[in-house]
Amino acid sequence: MSILALRGITKSYAGNSILKGVRLEAGDGEFIALVGPSGCGKSTLLRIVAGLDHADNGEIVIGGRNVSSLAAADRNIAMVFQSYALYPHLTAGQNIAVPLAMRRLTAVQRFPFIGNFLPGQRRIRADIQRQVREMASSLKIDHLLDRKPGQMSGGQRQRVALARAMVRRPSVFLMDEPLSNLDANLRVHARGEIVELHRRAGVPTLYVTHDQSEALSMADRVAVMIGGTLLQLAPPQDIYEDPSHIEVARFLGQPRINVLETRLDASGLVRFGALTLAAESAPPAETPVLIGIRPEFVRLSARPDGILSARIERTEFLGSEVIIHARLDAIGETIVARMTPAEAGGLSVGMPVSVEIEPDRAMLFAPAGERLPAKTVAVASVPEKAYG
Amino acid sequence: MASIAADMPIAPADRREARIAWILAAPAITLLFLFILLPTLAVIILGFTDFELGYGGFRFVGFENYAELIGDRTFRRSLWNTAIYTAIVTPVSIVLALAIALLIEAETRARAFFRTVYFLPVASLLVAMATVWQFLFHPTIGPINTFLGYLGISGPNWLGASGTVLYGLSIIGIWQSVGFNMVLFLAGLTAIPRELYAAAEVDGARSWFDRFRLVTWPMLGPTTLFVTTISIINSVKVFETVKTLTEGGPNKASEVLLFTIYQEGFVYLRVGYASAMTVVFLAILVVLMFLQYRVLDRKVHYA
Amino acid sequence: MTAHSLTLGRMLRFGLLSLGALLFLAPYIFMISTAGKAQSEIFSSSLSLIPEQWSFAENFTKALSRVSMPTLLMNGVIVCALIFLVQVVVAIPCAYAMAKLKFRAARIMMVLVMLGLLVPIHATALPLYVAFDRLSVLNSYTALVAPFSISVFAIFLFLQFFRAIPDDLIHAARLDGMSEAGIVARVIVPNAWPAITAFAIFSVVAHWNDLFWPLVVVSNQDFATPPLGLLYFRAAEAGDDYGALMAATLIITLPLVAAFLVAQKRFVEGITMTGLKG
Repeated sequence: MSILALRGITKSYAGNSILKGVRLEAGDGEFIALVGPSGCGKSTLLRIVAGLDHADNGEIVIGGRNVSSLAAADRNIAMVFQSYALYPHLTAGQNIAVPLAMRRLTAVQRFPFIGNFLPGQRRIRADIQRQVREMASSLKIDHLLDRKPGQMSGGQRQRVALARAMVRRPSVFLMDEPLSNLDANLRVHARGEIVELHRRAGVPTLYVTHDQSEALSMADRVAVMIGGTLLQLAPPQDIYEDPSHIEVARFLGQPRINVLETRLDASGLVRFGALTLAAESAPPAETPVLIGIRPEFVRLSARPDGILSARIERTEFLGSEVIIHARLDAIGETIVARMTPAEAGGLSVGMPVSVEIEPDRAMLFAPAGERLPAKTVAVASVPEKAYG
Repeated sequence: MASIAADMPIAPADRREARIAWILAAPAITLLFLFILLPTLAVIILGFTDFELGYGGFRFVGFENYAELIGDRTFRRSLWNTAIYTAIVTPVSIVLALAIALLIEAETRARAFFRTVYFLPVASLLVAMATVWQFLFHPTIGPINTFLGYLGISGPNWLGASGTVLYGLSIIGIWQSVGFNMVLFLAGLTAIPRELYAAAEVDGARSWFDRFRLVTWPMLGPTTLFVTTISIINSVKVFETVKTLTEGGPNKASEVLLFTIYQEGFVYLRVGYASAMTVVFLAILVVLMFLQYRVLDRKVHYA
Repeated sequence: MTAHSLTLGRMLRFGLLSLGALLFLAPYIFMISTAGKAQSEIFSSSLSLIPEQWSFAENFTKALSRVSMPTLLMNGVIVCALIFLVQVVVAIPCAYAMAKLKFRAARIMMVLVMLGLLVPIHATALPLYVAFDRLSVLNSYTALVAPFSISVFAIFLFLQFFRAIPDDLIHAARLDGMSEAGIVARVIVPNAWPAITAFAIFSVVAHWNDLFWPLVVVSNQDFATPPLGLLYFRAAEAGDDYGALMAATLIITLPLVAAFLVAQKRFVEGITMTGLKG
């Protein structure tokens, strides 16, 4: 069952189309990471879901109710901001209490001084305090409750912001790059914490980030957004291994996927090195196509086999792996391989090498970027002389 | 069809925000019209009438008031005096303020004390302090002339002689405005990054004056421009000291623009004629602001 | 640069600053000294600062008896407080709307504010005086306060300040369920104290010292503000009894100067902030 549904959301600013009909559904307790390069519209989308911005077209449904016309406060949404957006003049405890006080106390009861003498408010305030303390202890920030944001570290502020968002049990959680202001060590640690908090709360979460490793490591499903369009929404492993669009393939994965231009031959086949690929829904012969090969499926070896030869231009040693850039002799393009240090043992800059591609791992894309289903139909046998 | 249906529930949210904005801004907008725009418009219109307070009707006289202004010796004297006063007070108070700011910035001891002392006149009631200055300037019992007497100089009748009255008023004007300018310069000086001075020294700017020319003066550019504009405008608006001490005298030697407008409008009640003077006053302010924008514009683009 | 020239330079600098300070303080020194001298001693025109015969009591009694000083000071306080309160209450919501809400008039408002900054009270005084005369509100607190109820400068200053408040903070407040008015009262104002204090100092200094407008609309001692009252006092004294005059001057100057000395850091900060942005 979908708890959060976005249907055909469009938005443009000053004639620039920022969102082009975004459609997305999140199930109960699902963690969806919305990832894309900066300026792709992911933050705008999040703000539209929150009700802080308004779409030109489309609707937002939360728990079966169309909330498109509701104000932000009426959508029962909680949000963690990139800057945390804590009220600088209030202590951590007061910050966490704000959403509760706003909902449970009337305007008169909240009024300074006068409110304190009204009947009933004392019990509600005590209840709010209890909830704030519970929340704080579950996030281990009890000792910070009397401090103001200015007296806290980045990590502490981030926890307070999380507490403020979670305390009122929203029906949807929105997070706008909540880890990007933390230093690298803390960030990795905080990832695990947020996932754990999310699991305990069981509330669907939309998590915006530009960091692909965050998206892949945290989310149940990853949504890749590029140029205002949601290109693919799938579990991390699927979206990495089986991207539906060249841009998705390019965005995910470090180093980036190798993309080489080539052409379908008269019989609708693509030959690349030793591989022959056949497009399943054969496009017209002779059309240009793109082949995508992830660096980990490229092998370079010091024995030239005469099929696909290259020359090493640069090697990057990263400890557990080695990234090798080599220029293909035939077409002059660079191909990147990711290998273990053992495999890359004898390779050095300037060395001629042969390039092997793992069968069934090359992907075919149309020039516009859509994935063309294809399979490897043949692997050329290596000529004898190569072993000589 | 679908797009229209989807459009319907969303548009009201923006309208709601705009409505709230209007409500929040409404008191300000109303008062702005009531107390600034409408009166400004009225003063321009009144400048073309012969309206006098106390007489019922008025008629439009076109540019008659302005024609009269050109021939009005008091008004011309008043413009001239205002210009002289501005030409003395503005440069002197700026140079003094900058010098004091530089000295205080370089000084390590008693900085707060000096800053307070030089700023004190800004926080003091000008009408009251003008009275004190009147005593200081007193030709016979005033401390200034007594002091000059010790030096063997017979001091002038500062505020009582037409030859010296503008200088006397200028001294008060300078004394009163230096602190304000100084504080702005101090803020400008603190904003200059220390590294720039270090870089200048490394680059061979050995003397204090070299570093001032290379770093301080250019970096203070925007501050100086702003201080200059504000000082000129404040000098053009001189009124308190004149009204308190000289009433434009002796023999119109200290007639200044605002005092003349005040006399015409609120003493002789010739509102139409005074309005024409006010329009001239306003035009001077507009030209000054325009000049500031022009200079600022050029600085921003060609710096 | 040797240690010797360094000390010489520093001594010169300190000496210059001290001499200047003495010159700037001279009016205050003579004010206090003269307020304690008898008429005869003043006319002996000596430069001695310590009165031979202490006449403070006599001079202050005179100063207090001729013009009702408490009324003057009270009027000053009432007028300045009213002006400041109204200015802030009017300007803050408007500046918030212009800085943080989308509405079509915001741009025109900006133009109006910039135009308004150009127009001093001296330019609008004539029509306002005529209008107030027709409405018979001359000689009243209304007349003293009303023209200053709108401060375009306040709008401008707060607008600059509010723009620097992160949008996220306001978004968080909206998600937390605050109304726009609630955001102004609970988020904007508590975080705008530096701007509000700065403006308070600017506004109070300006209106406590203003002579022009009170002179135009008040012709009655009951509503006289301190500068105007001092003018009346001078007229009554024919300007010759310097001892009493200095005593009166001292009384009237003291409140703001005392406030300045107590909170001088804030004063200087406030004037700098308002000055640089104005």
